[in-house]
Amino acid sequence: MIRAVIVMNTQGKPRLLKFYDFQPPEKQKELIRSVFAVLSGRPDNVSNFVEADAIFGPGTRLVYKHLATLYFIFVFDNSENELAMLDLIQVFVETMDRCFKNVCELDIVFNFNKMHAIVDEIIFGGQVLETSSEQVMKAVEEISRLEKSSNSISFVPKAVSGRFGR
Amino acid sequence: MNAFSSPSRLRDLIRAARACKTAAEERAVVRKECAAIRSSINENDQFFRHRNLAKLMFIHMLGYPTHFGQMECLKLIAAVGFPEKRIGYLGLMLLLDERQEVLMLVTNSLKQDLNHLNHYIVGLALCALGNICSAEMARDLEPEVQRLFLSRDLDIKKKAALCSIRIIRKVPDLAENLMIPAASLLKEKHHGVLISAVQLCITLCKVSDIPLEHLRKSCIKGLVQILKELSNSSYTPEYEIAGVMDPFLQIRILKLMRLLGQGDVECSEYMTDILAQVATRTESHKNAGNAILYECVETIMGIEATSGLRVLAINILGKFLSNRDNNIRYVALNMLMKAVSVDSQAVQRHKTTILECMKDSDISIRKRTLELVFLLVNETNVKPLTRELIGYLEVSDQDFKGDLTAKICSIVKKFSQEKKWYIDQMFKVLCIAGNYVKDDVLHSLIITISNALDIQGYCVRSLYKALQNHPDQGSLVQVAVWCIGEYGELLVNNIKVSEVENTMNVTDSHAVDVIEASLKHHLSDITIQSMCLIALLKLSSRFTSTSERIREIIIHHKGSVVLELQQRAIEFNCIIQRHQNIKSSLLERMPALDESSYIGKRTSSSQVNISAVKLTRPTPVASPSLPNGVAHAPTNPLLDLLDLIPDDNPVPTSSTNDIVQDLLGIGLGNPLTSGTISPSVGTDILLDLLSIGGTNDQNDVPVLDVSSKQGSEPLTNPSTFEVMDLLDGTTKDRSTDDEHPVYPSIIAFQSGTLKVAFAFTKKPDKPQITQIQVTCTNLSTDEYMDFIFLAAVPKFIQLQLEPASGNILPANSDGAITQTLTLTNSQHGQKPLAMRMRMTYKVNNQDKLEQGQVNNFPPEL
Repeated sequence: MIRAVIVMNTQGKPRLLKFYDFQPPEKQKELIRSVFAVLSGRPDNVSNFVEADAIFGPGTRLVYKHLATLYFIFVFDNSENELAMLDLIQVFVETMDRCFKNVCELDIVFNFNKMHAIVDEIIFGGQVLETSSEQVMKAVEEISRLEKSSNSISFVPKAVSGRFGR
Repeated sequence: MNAFSSPSRLRDLIRAARACKTAAEERAVVRKECAAIRSSINENDQFFRHRNLAKLMFIHMLGYPTHFGQMECLKLIAAVGFPEKRIGYLGLMLLLDERQEVLMLVTNSLKQDLNHLNHYIVGLALCALGNICSAEMARDLEPEVQRLFLSRDLDIKKKAALCSIRIIRKVPDLAENLMIPAASLLKEKHHGVLISAVQLCITLCKVSDIPLEHLRKSCIKGLVQILKELSNSSYTPEYEIAGVMDPFLQIRILKLMRLLGQGDVECSEYMTDILAQVATRTESHKNAGNAILYECVETIMGIEATSGLRVLAINILGKFLSNRDNNIRYVALNMLMKAVSVDSQAVQRHKTTILECMKDSDISIRKRTLELVFLLVNETNVKPLTRELIGYLEVSDQDFKGDLTAKICSIVKKFSQEKKWYIDQMFKVLCIAGNYVKDDVLHSLIITISNALDIQGYCVRSLYKALQNHPDQGSLVQVAVWCIGEYGELLVNNIKVSEVENTMNVTDSHAVDVIEASLKHHLSDITIQSMCLIALLKLSSRFTSTSERIREIIIHHKGSVVLELQQRAIEFNCIIQRHQNIKSSLLERMPALDESSYIGKRTSSSQVNISAVKLTRPTPVASPSLPNGVAHAPTNPLLDLLDLIPDDNPVPTSSTNDIVQDLLGIGLGNPLTSGTISPSVGTDILLDLLSIGGTNDQNDVPVLDVSSKQGSEPLTNPSTFEVMDLLDGTTKDRSTDDEHPVYPSIIAFQSGTLKVAFAFTKKPDKPQITQIQVTCTNLSTDEYMDFIFLAAVPKFIQLQLEPASGNILPANSDGAITQTLTLTNSQHGQKPLAMRMRMTYKVNNQDKLEQGQVNNFPPEL
């Protein structure tokens, strides 16, 4: 079972958090801090797997990918295949890339709502739901369309977020 | 209606939070925003509800409490529009805890939404349920979810399957209800549905045995068929990752097969072909392919596979180890560790590849490799493996050396068949990573050396050489200094040189040189320095030619600023200068240390701070050979004594008493004698010691190492004798007396009616203490009732009166009352004893009183 999906930047700021076991806010902050402490200390040439027993409890591991200014982290227990999790991160990142056309940190910051939609279409209650980024895209686009068509607006359209450079 | 025409508010919040330079600024922004949201909630503002919740989710992500927004989630879920529902469910999943009662309120909305016509809304409800469902909700909503298995929409189907996983986890009883629908989902063609269905089956199998049996019977064929198709890659580009067909589905199916095959030979046999096919045909250039292979190996290891299939699996892992990708090597090592217990032989074949991984640049891989190598070591391969590991120890980086050293030491200890090999390997480790060797490892090494009589010479010579080349390896220095101190003469005289050694010409002064160098080395800590001092002391009795030089070194350290060293130097100097006669026996070589009792001792005294100083502790083996039972007196009082009597600071006479009391206190730290401390015990100790002191040439008496600091250290006889010697100012005259001195009894008082006689006993070691046995006899013809004997002494004498044997004194000397007095004369030798006494009694109910002064004490008292 997947325990958590975390996206954070290289300064340790969380950009997307999804815990499949509820975590109170204080605990959540602490988890982020400890994960960041582990990842920021790791050199580039090492494996992408970290034993996370000390952070998330016995038997847990995390796999991460460091892309541009972001860490993508999946935390899971020993019933999952580490290599497959690495591929799942790949699916996740590919899907975001398709959604935002060359995704960057700012897209994620201003569209965390849509990010959640993507995560929920890939992982469902800690289980893998869909591994084809095409299928995920379809579902996410349909949700966006429904949100717009019911005469409400999405929080921050892509065009708006684009205007705020760094 | 459209309150969101200006979307700036959420965006503003995100921008404001991003612009914050410090955590305090961010807190201020969030506090302000939360206040605004609260007031908006209080006004029950419908237009902003949607946006407020979105903001709360952002605030939640930053790690601030958002519990006040929980009711807003429920309101939004109950709304009609899709956007409201969506944000409501999102909030529900993020902000709410399944333990909260608020959650109960949402059950009804969920039920309605699960039956909604819009399948996206059904999807939202399923998703929320799958994330946060509680046991009660699971029972209530299970029929709805199961009904959705039959939905025509594939998206709903797979979500319903995954949602059931959460339901079964919460209420395992429901597993049997879901077993048949789950099995039928496995017949679907759509990959997404299949993945979900397989995952559901895995959960069912883990929860209960009934679905496991059902699936074994009904599904195994179907699963093998699906896997076969995937493995033969009938092309569907949608699910392809890097040229591999739907790796996720393959992995899940393999996982399910593992559960089905475990403990079921028939099922396992049925899978053999397809597993072999997957294992051989899967492309291994990409991560996805390797993920499948990895899972396949795990399944082969998990089921009742044939040995051929297992070898195939382990060979795949072997291949993984030479993969360039760190991740692949990492998982391969993980898997091999599990495989060792299944088929150690097959894993052994990849030993060389595994050892290569010790040199990996990734520390997590190195650590794993080390663990694996540790599992692989056995009697037959220990020598080559140790050689490899030690070779690697030389090049490994600092953070890894500690782990590696500990593992090598434990391997060498566990599998050594001959002492020389063990000692050789340990010396190598000490030379390379002496600073990482733990104290207990050192102790057991020293015990081994002390027991290896035939190679002690070899040991001390190797250590001598090693010490010259590696003066900076702490533990090496400790062992070497200890051995040179103990076996110095073997070093100098080239005793028992084996053919393989080069003869060395080491003189006495060379040996002293290396120890002096270690003593002065800038990296040497107190432990090493103290050990050096002991070694020098020991050498001073072995090498007469250098004893003057050793004395100078020791005297030099009398001025050390480190108290411990200073104290030792003073003590040792005292031994060298004043106690030549006992020095040689005091500095005897230590007897062979007994390993079993050492281990027992270690476990019993584990609460004692273990320091390297303990290396030199005399072991209890020596005790049985001692003629009396007082060998366990601790060292501390000795040190105290030595402190009291520094040679340049003569003891004032008045403190003699204290010293004696200190001596008596020998037993204080010792549970064996602490219960019986009394003057007589102390006297016995000393008497016993005296009888030993007469025979200085006892060879089996172990040598005291004053290095032991712990109070629990056993102290052996000669050292206690040393105490005696230090006191020779006061006891010299008597120390040669082996017998109790006898004093004549006196008649202390005699009248016409009463006689009082004194008999004296005295312990030779405590001249100031006199024990008097008082015997009173009735000379009259009347019986005395209520007889009381009282005594009074001058101030410089202490009097202790024991209870009398009775208070009725029969007439006509027909019986007596006896009573014991103990007198302690604090000015013994200067003033004689003196006493007054008074006897009261009743004769025929008349009170009588008699008194007198004792002037006729024997002069020696």
